Amino acid sequence: MTRLIHIAFLMLLVLQARASTLTIEITQGVEGALPIAVVPFAWRGDGATPPPHDVGAVVAADLQRSGRFKPLPPDEMLMQPSRGEEVDFRDWRALNVENLVIGEVIPSGSRGYLVKFFLYDVFRGEQITGYSMPTTVADLRSTAHHIADIIYETLTGEPGAFATRIAYITSIRSGSGKETKETVKLRIADADGYAPQTIVTSEEPLMSPAWSPDGKRIAYVSFEKAQPSIWVQEVLTGTREQVTAFKGINGAPAWSPDGRFLALTLSKDGNPDIFVLNLARRTLRPLTRHWAIDTEPAWSPDGKSIVFTSDRGGAPQVYQVSVSGGEARRLTFEGGYNARPSFSPDGRLLTFVTRIDGQYRIATQDLQTGNVQVLSDGRLDESPSFAPNGSMIIYATRVESKGVLAAVSTDGRVQQRLRLQEGDVREPVWSPYQKQERNR
Amino acid sequence: MKAKRLAWLALAAAVVLVAGCSSTGTKDGEGAAVEDRGASAGGGVTTSGAGAGATWTGSALEDPNSLLYTKVIYFDFDQDTIRGEYIDVLRAHATYLVTNPGSGLTIEGHADERGSREYNIGLGERRANAVKRFLEAEGVSPSQVGTLSYGEERPAVYGNDELSWAENRRAVLVYY
Repeated sequence: MTRLIHIAFLMLLVLQARASTLTIEITQGVEGALPIAVVPFAWRGDGATPPPHDVGAVVAADLQRSGRFKPLPPDEMLMQPSRGEEVDFRDWRALNVENLVIGEVIPSGSRGYLVKFFLYDVFRGEQITGYSMPTTVADLRSTAHHIADIIYETLTGEPGAFATRIAYITSIRSGSGKETKETVKLRIADADGYAPQTIVTSEEPLMSPAWSPDGKRIAYVSFEKAQPSIWVQEVLTGTREQVTAFKGINGAPAWSPDGRFLALTLSKDGNPDIFVLNLARRTLRPLTRHWAIDTEPAWSPDGKSIVFTSDRGGAPQVYQVSVSGGEARRLTFEGGYNARPSFSPDGRLLTFVTRIDGQYRIATQDLQTGNVQVLSDGRLDESPSFAPNGSMIIYATRVESKGVLAAVSTDGRVQQRLRLQEGDVREPVWSPYQKQERNR
Repeated sequence: MKAKRLAWLALAAAVVLVAGCSSTGTKDGEGAAVEDRGASAGGGVTTSGAGAGATWTGSALEDPNSLLYTKVIYFDFDQDTIRGEYIDVLRAHATYLVTNPGSGLTIEGHADERGSREYNIGLGERRANAVKRFLEAEGVSPSQVGTLSYGEERPAVYGNDELSWAENRRAVLVYY
């Protein structure tokens, strides 16, 4: 009998692990993170089924992943208050916690909740902020991410990026040798790896997903026809449209900040060059014209210039060109390989792939000072993408020859790995901010 | 005690396997549903058989003793120069194409996995074009030769070492 119970328990564990698909491990911690306590949120539903997620735990995990906070484990808490009158600041001062978050989840309507939370300054013994947020079972994790965003912004002065998503490509191989079949998927998940959804499935390569600035559409490259072509798909409905079908390469789509244009790579004239496509009019304008490989365009946040990879100097380097065209200016000079550039949201940094001693790693370059910082330590790191608040960079790496996702704080201090259960994961792209409502 | 623990570990592993199988089943279902969604929206994902190889063309292409039997040529790192060892092979293919004007092929260009993906698409195209130019210089009609770059998306060998990379830096001649 106990044996049966054991088996059932094990099954449950396995099923839970499967449900979350992407798991996150922090592989390099940080000193100087702010000590905070996020008390597990109380459930006010009496006998009713409690919510499927502990809001407090989701908030604490978000704050920890940012590297800016060090949440106190719940089992080290002397008390677990959920209402203001239950808080005794002396308990928290004794634990050297600087900030305290408490909250409760109250049933509301048939499938709804009201989530209340309060943020306190422990040493002053004062409430800093407090919100009451209506939500549903389906939106509970999203509400928790919004709470983490509010706390992050209140305490750091910078907007949080927890209530965002990532898009990425997975590939799963089956069979072997000549019979090997590959299933490639374009997926999206919450920024913490939960709730993955497949939005495109193909047996031919899918590449280069790119979020529209409003986060509602994704452009990508698909090889489903005889030649690669660029598609734009609505995330919510799955409705999609083929936007290019030129001879040769159709690749590397990049949205302009106003969402009206796609910069992309076409080789219809003989070799890869950057073009700008007006999405509404479907008109195409050449931006670069060079015998070299010009590819991987990315817009500056002000929409005035485009950076791209070119091997016009003999090896791949990053160049910048005005959106109106003209001469391209080389930006990277350290090392023999710098590729796939993109801007930080504030336009101050570039991130790209660089080669050091034969290893491909993620680097940033300060555009004012030219200072280069290498942020990753893998052999085959690629596809860096900034979080919309600029605090982190997500990228693809290899662990024991398996493609996994990793993230690093932009200052290089915190590293984490997002692990997928099966198949290879690659080409992560962080979504822009998603629309949110807040009720104080 | 230790043995008992091991037994539990083994059982746990077995359960993981079982769970793995069943969840593969549901994954398939999920994939199919999503494909339907794509299909209603954009006409479906069609597969091209470009990688399937030449099966119905003349026997000369399938004769293991013929130079034409070689349909994959390899390149050096970050290079699109055709190595001397492949000149005779490509000349044989050129002769075949010239004497069989009804035949044609797609040259697939590939790169190893190192570096960025879209740049590797460019590199793969360069390799395919190098082969195409060689064939055309030998008198083959441009209309007989198409190119398609897969970059690093379609490796021949799944490995992360120099040997695997060398096998993946290639152009493949696919007759249709």
